[in-house]
Amino acid sequence: MSRVGVVVFPGSNCEHDVVQALGALGGRAELVWHAETDLSGFDAVVLPGGFAHGDYLRPGALARFSPVMGAVAAFARAGGPVLGICNGFQVLTEAGLLPGALQKNRGLTFLCEPTTLVVASTRSVLTRTAALGAELVVPINHFAGSYVCDDSTYLALVERDQVVLRYRDNPNGSRGDIAGIANEAGNVVGLMPHPERAFSALLGSADGRVLLEGFLASADDAAAARVDLVAAP
Amino acid sequence: MSDEALHRALGLTDDEYALVEGVLGRAPNHLELAMFAVMWSEHCSYKSSRLHLRRLPTSAPQVLVGPGENAGVIDAGDGVAIALRIESHNHPSAIEPYQGAATGVGGILRDVFTMGARPLAVMDPLFFGPPDDARARWLVEGVVAGISGYGNSVGVPTIGGELTFDEGYAQNPLVNVLCVGALPRERLVLGRASGVGNLAVLLGSRTGRDGIGGVSVLASAGFAGADGAASLDEEKRPSVQVGDPYEEKRLIEACLGLLDEGLVVGIQDLGGAGLTCAASETAARGGVGMDVDVTAVPLREAGMAPWEVMTSESQERMLAIVRPEDLDAVAALCRRWEVRSAVVGRVTAPVSDAAGRPVGWLRVREGFDGPVLAETPAAALADDAPLYDRPRARPGDFAARLADDPADEPAGDVAAELLASLVDPAWVYRQYDSQLFLNTVVGPGRDAALLRLAGPGLPESERGFALTTDSNPRWCAIDPRAGTALTLLEGIANLACVGATPAAVVNCLNFGNPEHPEVMWQLGEAVDGLAEACRATGLPVIGGNVSLYNESGGRDIDPTPVLGVLGLVERLVAPPPGWTWREGDTVVLVGPREARPAPFPLAGSLFARRRGRTGGRLPEFDERALAACRLVASEVALACAGRATPVAAVHDVGAGGLATTLAEMSAAAGVGLEWRDPRGHAELFTEAPGRFVVATRDPAALLARAASAGVEATVLGVAAGDRLALGETCDLAVGDLAERRASALPAALGL
Repeated sequence: MSRVGVVVFPGSNCEHDVVQALGALGGRAELVWHAETDLSGFDAVVLPGGFAHGDYLRPGALARFSPVMGAVAAFARAGGPVLGICNGFQVLTEAGLLPGALQKNRGLTFLCEPTTLVVASTRSVLTRTAALGAELVVPINHFAGSYVCDDSTYLALVERDQVVLRYRDNPNGSRGDIAGIANEAGNVVGLMPHPERAFSALLGSADGRVLLEGFLASADDAAAARVDLVAAP
Repeated sequence: MSDEALHRALGLTDDEYALVEGVLGRAPNHLELAMFAVMWSEHCSYKSSRLHLRRLPTSAPQVLVGPGENAGVIDAGDGVAIALRIESHNHPSAIEPYQGAATGVGGILRDVFTMGARPLAVMDPLFFGPPDDARARWLVEGVVAGISGYGNSVGVPTIGGELTFDEGYAQNPLVNVLCVGALPRERLVLGRASGVGNLAVLLGSRTGRDGIGGVSVLASAGFAGADGAASLDEEKRPSVQVGDPYEEKRLIEACLGLLDEGLVVGIQDLGGAGLTCAASETAARGGVGMDVDVTAVPLREAGMAPWEVMTSESQERMLAIVRPEDLDAVAALCRRWEVRSAVVGRVTAPVSDAAGRPVGWLRVREGFDGPVLAETPAAALADDAPLYDRPRARPGDFAARLADDPADEPAGDVAAELLASLVDPAWVYRQYDSQLFLNTVVGPGRDAALLRLAGPGLPESERGFALTTDSNPRWCAIDPRAGTALTLLEGIANLACVGATPAAVVNCLNFGNPEHPEVMWQLGEAVDGLAEACRATGLPVIGGNVSLYNESGGRDIDPTPVLGVLGLVERLVAPPPGWTWREGDTVVLVGPREARPAPFPLAGSLFARRRGRTGGRLPEFDERALAACRLVASEVALACAGRATPVAAVHDVGAGGLATTLAEMSAAAGVGLEWRDPRGHAELFTEAPGRFVVATRDPAALLARAASAGVEATVLGVAAGDRLALGETCDLAVGDLAERRASALPAALGL
């Protein structure tokens, strides 16, 4: 079975939730302290939500210098599945692993509420098992979730099918209603909504499962590829 | 300044100064005086209220820890214990709303993880003046932003609370905060020192000059207010502490890690009165003494005097009692979480006094083997504050007040009255993370919050717990005894809507100046009302807080006892029914249609308040209403367990009366109702608690279950169409109800 590493920065707070949700879907997820510099043995990596390093200076601005981020970058370059949720998305943009940036919400207040997402691309480790155009109810929970980028970046994102999730009713002022994007290869994904908070009808929605299941399938594929490598003469 | 003048400046009376001299057998020095002043402040010592609080019932089989510790704890089953605590941060929030509210959250979290519990959720009952001027809006927006900014970042969900606007709180807003945590039952820790030679290790932030005198200068005196010397209130701003949620988050993880590893023998947070409080309370509870080296305390700024170090209320600090052989492991775990740790004291053996009784002495020293700067029995600080039986006087107009019944008020425009009662607090709670830990099944904005009883490190369980905070200053202003009892009934009804059976109560008693005999009468009456209601329901009070001197410009606030009620759900695997009925559902009033003694009392209702009527006789605390609560709770609990029940939607009758409950359910569903025969406006707007609007697809089954439980059930009509029609006097479009409800609060705040 594949192993998913969930990175814990001081100030992260959704790490246990991600482990719990992935575990409920049959995955095996483990916490990885931010001082770790070696991610070998993991088949996928999640940067969870929270307030890494207190979000001081600006969300993600200090976390990108945590020792683990060098390993995360190498893991991403090697094609490994990397998922940044909320604060994790902010960290990925600050680290230059995804383009653009997350600004304060239009309205300048924190927002914790359900949103309806539209699957805009299935060409990513997160959305691969979702149906294009499907609507998913997944909550957001952020102060700085308004996605911004320059015109050429936006055009490139659209052209290369890197916008993976859009809000049906834009809650925060994100450019192009963007809720989540992938890198060009589709193996690094960041999104502001929390799919782990929508993994069970008991919590109000199970629509996040299809996303997490897609990510676990990507982890399994990576594990299989690794086994092949090891098994090759 | 002479010592006599000094003790008054520090908030001690001449009599109290004499008592300190008696305890020490000599005149206290400046440092000792400062320590007694903070520990014997109203805020820390409950000197005006303790005598009354003793009348509250505090025991029940499920109680593991009652009042007097950092938090109350009950056994929730399956090896899980729940810790609960409520506090006020009223005065700091009036001076500096963001930091006042933020540090209120920080303080209550420390109270809960001090018990070994991981904080799982927070609730915030808030009371402000009408938000129609710039200052009131600054307070509302600042307090909400402070709770959001601190609570979200520290990583504890905020799952509800209350929002009340009333003229009486204009200069003195109330910011209460409740925290619930859970722990494996066997890990329960108590805040006490033990083991002579053990070390007292200060964890967390360095100590600065912020918050010096917070408990005495700020929390234990009133405000001059708008008409008084407002600039004097401004000068109190440095007594407000400043919070750092990132420090607190790391402190929580470090402390829970230390407890997991068994590396501490006792732990205590530093809150009001700072190191003096933590050192004297842990020593007094453990029956030992403690030497504190004031020079070993890590400081934020140079040149702090010993009295400043000992009374600073700098946030995000804990005092851990550690065996010397564990010190290295403690330091290593703290380093991992980037939490500062420093040995600042050691536990000393008690010394026999002249009568042969063991006395633990708290000594403040300059260097462990250096000169003694202050020396006092620890228990004298922690436990021996004077106990005041302050004069109480029933107000002269009490009988006239009860006789002034608003029943004679004309109905007026019923539709307009209803619309004015519709306020959705979503603007507030959208700013709070209400979902962290994946436990929240019913979040803010409903009758009560309902959560899974789960969290990192807890044993597996399918159980759930529910929480509500309730208050009704309109009732308590008329009759604090009856009003407080009814407030508990309201809390039990709220829990029933999510299927929970009540298990424990905490209270935050917000009152005016205890030197006013009428305020002390209110306090005594409220305590007796709560005690009576608890005995009637078999519920224990497991903790509380008293906030006095809530006054400004000479005017006391209306008595505002806030009750937090914790309920349990045996099996939580499916969400309970909400407010949303469907076309064709039969709508039934479950519970007594007519209250007693008057059938439809308007005393204490919003209807009466809007007309300036503040008298009348409140409804009785009604056994029939309690039976209705039990019936609804058991039916909804079936839904939570995934089993069949005729209840398809449920909402209890609260502020704004039955009309408001029906309007809220219509608005949520987008489906109307025609109720042909309400008995006049009084039936629409009476707020007698313990009644429920239930929608059902199987009315025969619902009525049969009510009948067999001996609970009255009245069919009001069938949900249908897009209008809410209540008799002849009110006919409104459902869309307008929803729109009005959603826009009311942003409109009131001018957003």
